Amino acid sequence: MTGAIESLGRWVRESVVNVGFATRTFFSVLASSGGVLRRPRLVTDQIHFIGNYSLVIIAVSGLFVGFVLGLQGYYTLNRYGSEEALGLLVALSLTRELGPVVTALLFAGRAGTSLTAEIGLMKAGEQLAAMEMMAVNPLQRVIAPRFWAGVIAMPVLAAIFSAVGVLGGYIVGVLMIGVDEGSFWSQMQAGVDVWNDIANGVIKSIVFGFAVTFTALFQGYEAQPTPEGVARATTRTVVIASLAVLWLDFLLTALMFS
Amino acid sequence: MQRKSLDLWVGIFVLLGAAALFFLAMKAGNMSSLSFEKTYPVVTKFDNIGGLKPRAPVKSAGVVVGRVGDIRFDDKSYQAVVTLELENSYKFPKDTSAKILTSGLLGEQYIGLEAGGDTNNLVAGDRIKMTQSAVVLESLISQFLYSKAAEGKEGEK
Repeated sequence: MTGAIESLGRWVRESVVNVGFATRTFFSVLASSGGVLRRPRLVTDQIHFIGNYSLVIIAVSGLFVGFVLGLQGYYTLNRYGSEEALGLLVALSLTRELGPVVTALLFAGRAGTSLTAEIGLMKAGEQLAAMEMMAVNPLQRVIAPRFWAGVIAMPVLAAIFSAVGVLGGYIVGVLMIGVDEGSFWSQMQAGVDVWNDIANGVIKSIVFGFAVTFTALFQGYEAQPTPEGVARATTRTVVIASLAVLWLDFLLTALMFS
Repeated sequence: MQRKSLDLWVGIFVLLGAAALFFLAMKAGNMSSLSFEKTYPVVTKFDNIGGLKPRAPVKSAGVVVGRVGDIRFDDKSYQAVVTLELENSYKFPKDTSAKILTSGLLGEQYIGLEAGGDTNNLVAGDRIKMTQSAVVLESLISQFLYSKAAEGKEGEK
């Protein structure tokens, strides 16, 4: 009995310590970001690695999500005889929710895991320790460029996802099912507001970029320096980043669209 | 050489993102209807504005001539005070009337302006005196039901 209470207490204490440690690391990453401005090449390298390589999966997923929204939206709206609103439905659900959220989830799986594994292996191979021996701050040289590359790449990917998704909805709705093209676009333009919907979606994707990239880097940086530890850290990245994205999405939606 | 091609790809990636945002803003959003033309404010009062929202279009003969600016409640006359931002290039006579209309059966609400015959034009800060409130579906149905009930009573007599 006392053992259970002790372990519960230890668990609570460790969680609080972890939150504090993550916050401290977050601020020291921000504080050591000055070097990024002096060497922007480090960031472009990482944008290429994180962003360009995720482009295909993001674009293809966006296209198929658009297809599905077009089909499902048509079946449901057709029941009420208002299939002209299909464009509005597709565009609103993509720019407000699906674009940022699905992109962030895919981003956590595609780019976040590779960041965690890379940093974790650097740590396991004692490369980070070696850097410190050479008076190079690994936070500044390794973590900060990757962090900012993720923060920049995420909104770009989310915008591409939403745009390709709208095109997907257009392909299924207008070209294949035959919804009127004029009302498809005009309903969309009448209902989607640039600031309320599109800009808020972009803000969401930037916040998700911060959350996912930082989670991935933190997990890699704090991984046990063993093969098993790196494997565990990679799994934790996906779990924690996905939960953080969904939770933040609820919070931001409640703040923005209430 | 290798550096240059890498920078090129990153540049293409960022430009693609910018193009996607531009597409969303222009084609999916209402950026193309955002006009930077100067406007002048005209005040109207309605008994009931229904579901009218700020930034709803103001149309005359079906053409968008401005946007709804600001909607307030006046606790002296118990009416809604709606400020219309009309584009400078469109002039309306002083006795223009304003109606709240609905596009389609369940579409969004907008304000329709009907020009009168006055020779003087509305200027900034003027008030449109003749207004017609929004049609509220509930009151329409209840009116219909009351008139039906009244008809039924007359039939009994």
